[in-house]
Amino acid sequence: MLQGEGTAGRQQGMDPARSAVLLAVREALHNLSTSEDGGHILSTLGALKRYLQGAENPALPGEQEEFARMHFSAVLRCLVGRLSSGWLGLLPDGQLEDLWASFFLEGPADQAFLVLMESIEGAAGPSFHLMKVAQLLARFLNTGRMAAVMEGQCRPPAEPAFPLLQETLLTKVVGLPDHLGNRLQRENLEAFLPQNYFPLLGEEIMRALQAVVDSLRGGWDCSVSFLSRVLGKACVHGRQKEILGVLVPRLTALSEGSCLWQRVCWRLVESVPDRAMEALLTGLVEVAAGPEVLSRLLGNLVVKSRKARFVMTRKILFLQHRHSTPTLQSLLGYLAMDSQRRPLLVQVLRELLETWGSSSAVRHTPLPQQRYVSTALLICLVHLGEAELQDSRDELLASLMAGVKNRLDSSLPAVRRLGMIVAEVASARIHPEGPRLRFQYEEDELSRELLALAAPLPVADSPAEAEASPSVAPVAAETPDRGSADGGVPQAQLEGSGSDLDSDDELVPYDMSGDQELKSGKAPAYVRDCVEALTSSEDWERWEAALRALEGLILRSPAAVREVSVELAKVLLHLEEKTSVVGFEGLRQRALVAVVVTDPAPVAEYLTSQFYAVNFSLRQRMDILDVLTLAAQELSRPGRLPKAPQCGSPSPGSQPSSTPAPAWRAVVEERIRNKTRRFSQGSARRGPDARPNEFNLVAGYFFFPLLRHFDRPLVTFDLLGEDQLVLGRLVHTLGALMYLAVNTTVAVAMGKALLEFVWTLRFHGDAYVRRGLLSAVSSVLLSVPAERLLADLPDELLEARSWLADVAEQDPDEDCRLLAVRALLLLEKLRHTLVPPAPP
Amino acid sequence: MAASPLPPPDPQFVLRGTQSAVHALHFFGGAQGQGCPLLLSGSLSGLVHIWSLQTRRAVATLDGHGGQCVTWLQTLPQGHQLLSQGRDLKLHLWDLAEGRNAVVDSVALESMGFCRSSVLAGTQERWMLAMPGRGSDEVQILEMPSKTSVCTLKPEADAKPGMPMCLELWQADSNPRPLLLAGYEDGSVALWDVSERKVCSRVACHTEPVMGFDFDSQKARGVSGSAEKALAVWSLDEQQALQVCRTHELTNPGIADVKIRPDRKILATAGWDHRVRVFHWRTMKPLAVLRFHSATVHCVAFAADGLLAAGSGDQRISIWSLYPTHSDMSAPLLGPAEGREVGAHAVA
Repeated sequence: MLQGEGTAGRQQGMDPARSAVLLAVREALHNLSTSEDGGHILSTLGALKRYLQGAENPALPGEQEEFARMHFSAVLRCLVGRLSSGWLGLLPDGQLEDLWASFFLEGPADQAFLVLMESIEGAAGPSFHLMKVAQLLARFLNTGRMAAVMEGQCRPPAEPAFPLLQETLLTKVVGLPDHLGNRLQRENLEAFLPQNYFPLLGEEIMRALQAVVDSLRGGWDCSVSFLSRVLGKACVHGRQKEILGVLVPRLTALSEGSCLWQRVCWRLVESVPDRAMEALLTGLVEVAAGPEVLSRLLGNLVVKSRKARFVMTRKILFLQHRHSTPTLQSLLGYLAMDSQRRPLLVQVLRELLETWGSSSAVRHTPLPQQRYVSTALLICLVHLGEAELQDSRDELLASLMAGVKNRLDSSLPAVRRLGMIVAEVASARIHPEGPRLRFQYEEDELSRELLALAAPLPVADSPAEAEASPSVAPVAAETPDRGSADGGVPQAQLEGSGSDLDSDDELVPYDMSGDQELKSGKAPAYVRDCVEALTSSEDWERWEAALRALEGLILRSPAAVREVSVELAKVLLHLEEKTSVVGFEGLRQRALVAVVVTDPAPVAEYLTSQFYAVNFSLRQRMDILDVLTLAAQELSRPGRLPKAPQCGSPSPGSQPSSTPAPAWRAVVEERIRNKTRRFSQGSARRGPDARPNEFNLVAGYFFFPLLRHFDRPLVTFDLLGEDQLVLGRLVHTLGALMYLAVNTTVAVAMGKALLEFVWTLRFHGDAYVRRGLLSAVSSVLLSVPAERLLADLPDELLEARSWLADVAEQDPDEDCRLLAVRALLLLEKLRHTLVPPAPP
Repeated sequence: MAASPLPPPDPQFVLRGTQSAVHALHFFGGAQGQGCPLLLSGSLSGLVHIWSLQTRRAVATLDGHGGQCVTWLQTLPQGHQLLSQGRDLKLHLWDLAEGRNAVVDSVALESMGFCRSSVLAGTQERWMLAMPGRGSDEVQILEMPSKTSVCTLKPEADAKPGMPMCLELWQADSNPRPLLLAGYEDGSVALWDVSERKVCSRVACHTEPVMGFDFDSQKARGVSGSAEKALAVWSLDEQQALQVCRTHELTNPGIADVKIRPDRKILATAGWDHRVRVFHWRTMKPLAVLRFHSATVHCVAFAADGLLAAGSGDQRISIWSLYPTHSDMSAPLLGPAEGREVGAHAVA
């Protein structure tokens, strides 16, 4: 309760006045409910109206008060009850209706409002009566009576407050759009739609507040708690945007110069009940334009109210991630603006760093939330000063370093990237004199955005300057450009010696990127020579030429390759880039793929055995996986040509795409047409010959050995431990191999083994691994024939299905959810093929 | 202008069947409406093939060089006469009119070098022939068809330019006196005044032997290629002095032949690196690298309508249509689409 400078006395009604009013009202009520005579009703209503404030020749003040306190509701109920078209028609020109309405609009607002709402709620459905009352309610709202309702509640009560009445009033005020919507259905009026009502309610609250401020100035006591409750309840109803959109700008303006208004604001927010605090604060933080506004509206609320502190420092930062960066900036800026709140900011930073770096959070929270936390972290760092950071430097550094490690271990590039950016900025701020952390990451939208946040805060008013300054620069940049262009023309004319009037500058160069130095001179002509050159040659040109020639040689002489295939694979696998050969990785990979394709069984056997051998780097192990995938893809390609160079290293799990095919086919066909003469108009060329899937015979060599030892850690290689990146690649590779084994006889056995493998790993913590598992399940569903799936793997399928459903709903990673949904769809499709839906 | 460059072009078509490396190419007819255009090719095995560009088949084969490589082919403007030079030290004059293909005359060469000869023929009956002479550094000038030796151009004793590698006889519009450009083994190019038998000017363009050059008499500029990794562009000023304007660095060394297109827009080089390079003649801007052959390209030739032919050690002749000329010569093989249509007609 706000204390005015004085207290107001109140006059009590006298007993004789009470009985006189009682008699008069009783008689009037009797007349009203029975009389059908217009004139009689008119005179009765006129007599009653004397008791209303502001009427002509009014009754005694004591009588008026008595009427308002005891009898007004009864009169109004009676009036509402009489309402019908016939009754209104008793007098011409709507005289009766005007008089009738004036009772509601001029009498005590809270009672009139309650009676109106009561009669609307009591109505069975749309009717004349209901529409009249609704229209009256609309008038009631338009004439600003709602402010009067609320004002009434702000005054200190004359008698002990009746909490139930206030509670009812609160429910009705905030729930008005719902009640009206329910009753009026499609007949609802514009004014009652929430998007119109709540702004109006905001306006009315402003007017009530104005009245409160006025009466405080006049020395009267006032309470804003009812207004706070209305505001809180409206926010709980999810109408923050409408109501705060009106209130916040007005309050911002009013509280700018006035301490009284500021105090009223603080009080307004403080007296919001705890259960509505969160809704109000999230709305406020979003609507308020900047930390200064927030600070003016809230004061030190976070210090005073535990609930508010919880919402501001934990809920918005850690439990939600939907707020925009400006919202975060104004929230954290608010915390930084006052010395009482700054300790909270330090604490927030500490907690943010802890969350950012916790390995469980890194693994289990969705990416947008991680990004959100990182953003908040950077904003915090900007606001905190050297001294504050120094105080808890050790602790901060420790959790930062642990976090960096956890993040860099992640197999998701985006998580690593966030780790790098935040670590760079945070280490520079927390430990400015120490060595700078520098990571290599590509600049993109995310990194630019985050780094921009980390830039030191501009001093006040500088945004305008910053906008003005760069406009000078571009002018200077253009001049030299033009100068050189001018200089170019006369020179060309000189050289052309005037004879060329035609513009042959139009000759557009073709692509000449393929024009490289010819190095065929030293290239070995036989595969064996290549092996020899790669292993023992000290002549680097020869070594490079051998590497470049190798793929072509292998494809040209498969028989010769088969004699040395495993040896060649070994050489290639161990090959190191000794000189900086352009495209070394690609050359080596293509050569390896060519070897595997030429002699699949022994080489695949060798490579898969090496995958689990000691003394390989992770890079080599992943190379093995890539090569196996590419070779399997090549082998399974129907009608593959004898020579089919492939370029690029598709990421594991990428399924052979059919998109490039039309482009090259068009080119090839065009060339063939150009160089071929036809002697007859025969049928068009047939498609590629049908050939057996060459992968069929050897799929087992590719697949099963890879599954063999995944759970047996070596000294240097622990798939289930920290080498989860390789595990992820392995799972993707297995999925790809499964997919490529479509239409092969081993597909069923492979599918069974793969589903078992997936089952053991299904709760793996790494999102990349889980993605691989999910795509592997999809591959099984695609590759194994439907009837065999049902016959051989029914249990596995059921298990997989429930797991997929769980993942689709609960997995924190968005891609995982998507993949799970796809797999579920495949399962569904499968069921439809086996059990066709019953015909209607 | 398109953001990405055009993809590298493909040959319009390829002539196969010489069965040995192609060392000389020459387009014949086609421009003035003398019937179908022909392409002449000389091969390592001593045969000269005459190709119809309509049917894309060899219409005749001339065997006159005893199995020795044919290094140079040239037709004369009057009549259907062909000159062919071979490593058998013979220079034959063929009569090709009305389907004949007989040697009507021949001249004995006295040099074992690789130098290609050159002719200067106007509309008169008499024409001039420059060919490597008896001495290793001499050039001999003959008046044809009488085969009278006009003179022998021998460099001064202290010059020692080595053997002549390529020759070009020409005549300035303003000046009726015949001039001879000769590229030498030491990489220099010399301008001879034939009637005075003296070197007007000589300039060192390369450090390796000049393998081929072409001269644009209108602009008084020439371009030469050698065994080294650069092209040289040189010009001739009013005082008939040669000077090197610029050199153009190449990716791979070795240029076997250089030709400027008759409309003087572009030039093509035959490379030892199996590629034909096309440049803008005025600016020397590289325009295209034609990758098709799998062995050294020995010779390139332009037709009057702009068609480009390249002959290579891989026994194939590739025909390219780049930057079509905008003259009103309505040759049938201007664009690839028309070309194909014509071919199809011929087959049908």
